[in-house]
Amino acid sequence: MTLFKKLLGVGLFLALVLVLVPWLIERSGRWDFYYTLTSVALLSIASAGVWLTFYIGRINIGQGAYALVGGYVSAILVTQAGMNFWLTLPLAGLFCALLSVLIGLPILRLRGVYFAMVTLVLTEVVRLTALALPITNGARGIVNIPLPTELSLFGLTLIPDFGTLANPKLAFYLAAVIMMILSYAVLYRIVHSRLGHLCRSLQQNEELAASIGVNITYLRILAYSISSFFGGIAGASFVNISQSIYPSSFQVVDSVNFMLNCFLGGLGYVFGPMLGTLLLYFGWDLLFTTGKYQLLIYSSLLILLMLVLPNGLLSLRLSRKAKQPAQASPDKQPSGATP
Amino acid sequence: MNPNPILEVDQVTRRFGGLTAVNKVSFTVQPSEILSVIGPNGAGKSTLFKLISSFLHTSEGEVRLKGERISDLAPHIVARKGVVRTFQETTIFRAMTVRENIIIAHHLRAKASLAGYFWGSAAARQDQAAFARSADEIIQFLGMGAIANELASNLPQGNLRALGIAIGLATDPKVLLLDEPFAGMNHDETMHMVQLVQNVRQERGITVLLVEHDIPAVMKISDRIVVINFGEKIAEGTPEDIRNNDKVIEAYLGREDDAIGM
Ligand SMILES: Nc1ncnc2c1ncn2[C@@H]1O[C@H](COP(=O)(O)OP(=O)(O)OP(=O)(O)O)[C@@H](O)[C@H]1O
Ligand SMILES: [Mg+2]
Repeated sequence: MTLFKKLLGVGLFLALVLVLVPWLIERSGRWDFYYTLTSVALLSIASAGVWLTFYIGRINIGQGAYALVGGYVSAILVTQAGMNFWLTLPLAGLFCALLSVLIGLPILRLRGVYFAMVTLVLTEVVRLTALALPITNGARGIVNIPLPTELSLFGLTLIPDFGTLANPKLAFYLAAVIMMILSYAVLYRIVHSRLGHLCRSLQQNEELAASIGVNITYLRILAYSISSFFGGIAGASFVNISQSIYPSSFQVVDSVNFMLNCFLGGLGYVFGPMLGTLLLYFGWDLLFTTGKYQLLIYSSLLILLMLVLPNGLLSLRLSRKAKQPAQASPDKQPSGATP
Repeated sequence: MNPNPILEVDQVTRRFGGLTAVNKVSFTVQPSEILSVIGPNGAGKSTLFKLISSFLHTSEGEVRLKGERISDLAPHIVARKGVVRTFQETTIFRAMTVRENIIIAHHLRAKASLAGYFWGSAAARQDQAAFARSADEIIQFLGMGAIANELASNLPQGNLRALGIAIGLATDPKVLLLDEPFAGMNHDETMHMVQLVQNVRQERGITVLLVEHDIPAVMKISDRIVVINFGEKIAEGTPEDIRNNDKVIEAYLGREDDAIGM
């Protein structure tokens, strides 16, 4: 892709999400779509993190744990320490990143299904911890979290007080979309810089990576903590938009969905998890009309999709180019997450 | 003999449960020497290489690089110090092109930090330009120009071996350990690789240790040979010494396929 095409693509995408979508919503009066799309944007940030752990050859089914931890860190700081939400956001991310270093050190040695199984348990562990701890207020959760307040620097308002806005739904939507865009820009840079190349080397052959001098333990931890940072800020934002958090705010099924989003969109494409999140979110809602068959149809469709398109939906568009492996760039690789 | 060996293997032992795969093996390697380790299947050759490159920890004994102990360190640290191993099984980054394989193997030469690469700092751009230049040099040196942009998973066996050596060279090693670099090659390909390995030593001054079953090639390429059998060193010397060594002949007796080509 030429630089011009890339810029054009980015420009069109920005126009779509920042201008066209709000315009359509205002015209049609479907205000509920703001909330839906805000959720999709935030969930896709968490999915982006899961995608990065796939990129080092690990199947991560524990992102819900970090979303929950990030949510609680932010909620506690806002309600008990009176901090500004916008400042709690990076803190929630950093807390999750640090936590993931402690958790990752022992478990990242595991591969394949073993790592996946351990991460699967993480969400449940965090849920039970939140139920038990006094600071998280147990099953009653933390409610009535105030809306994000003004963020200013040297008297200059960077972000207005959401409580005073005429249209806070639009503000939430824009904030979530901008965060999503920033997160994916970071992910894109990671994948296309040396860190990403080293992650690929790890995914393809850990032993050889070590023998060319790559500190594989450090690199795995680094990738996992970035992944958990994404989970933390996604969770924190989600909680502040719904203005409440409970131990059940993120469950094992959410963790599974974050992973499925990546599969669905395509493990070989940086923007795969974004598309996957959108489709899975709306697909699930659409199937709501099918009543008790919802889960059955949903699961069957997913299995079918993975069988027919093992490299995700984005491989459809790029399949023509993928036939020229010599030019294959990192984001057009066939999925290699099988450890 | 030069009293300052680059590598010393000193009474190295490795046990797997009840099996002693490598038993009190000692030898030294001189700078820029080509030394081959031979022996029947299961003799402990690959294990020995894994011990030298620290992919396995020793049970006893130690390995020293220029007098400094390197055994039992993390493998990437030993690689950083300049001891790099290629694998008996063809080991490459399958989903990368030949060129990408060689460029990523320049990892140890990177001066810029990961953050520098993320932001695209000047140092990172210099690194990238330097890696690209060096990769081109290696590609030319090994005559891989025609396949530089092929996906590694599409390469035939002979080219994979060459790519393994290219990856090793890209790390800028002091000591390169090649585990069966000629396996699966026909006579012409082997002779080509023998030439390449000799060039590596000649033009880059790299010390080469290799494990190989192709005895004629070993005889041709080696300055010295170490023979191991059942984990123990049974002989050491020039190709001429080894050819006439009774113990060696005995170790290979009855093994038609491995019959020492004399
Ligand atoms: N990780 C391990 N665990 C247990 N036993 C092992 C292990 N690695 C090697 N061995 C055993 O150690 C012995 C030496 O194996 P090694 O691979 O070093 O032989 P080799 O000389 O390289 O043989 P070949 O010529 O077939 O490659 C064999 O008996 C092997 O089964
Ligand atoms: Mg072997």
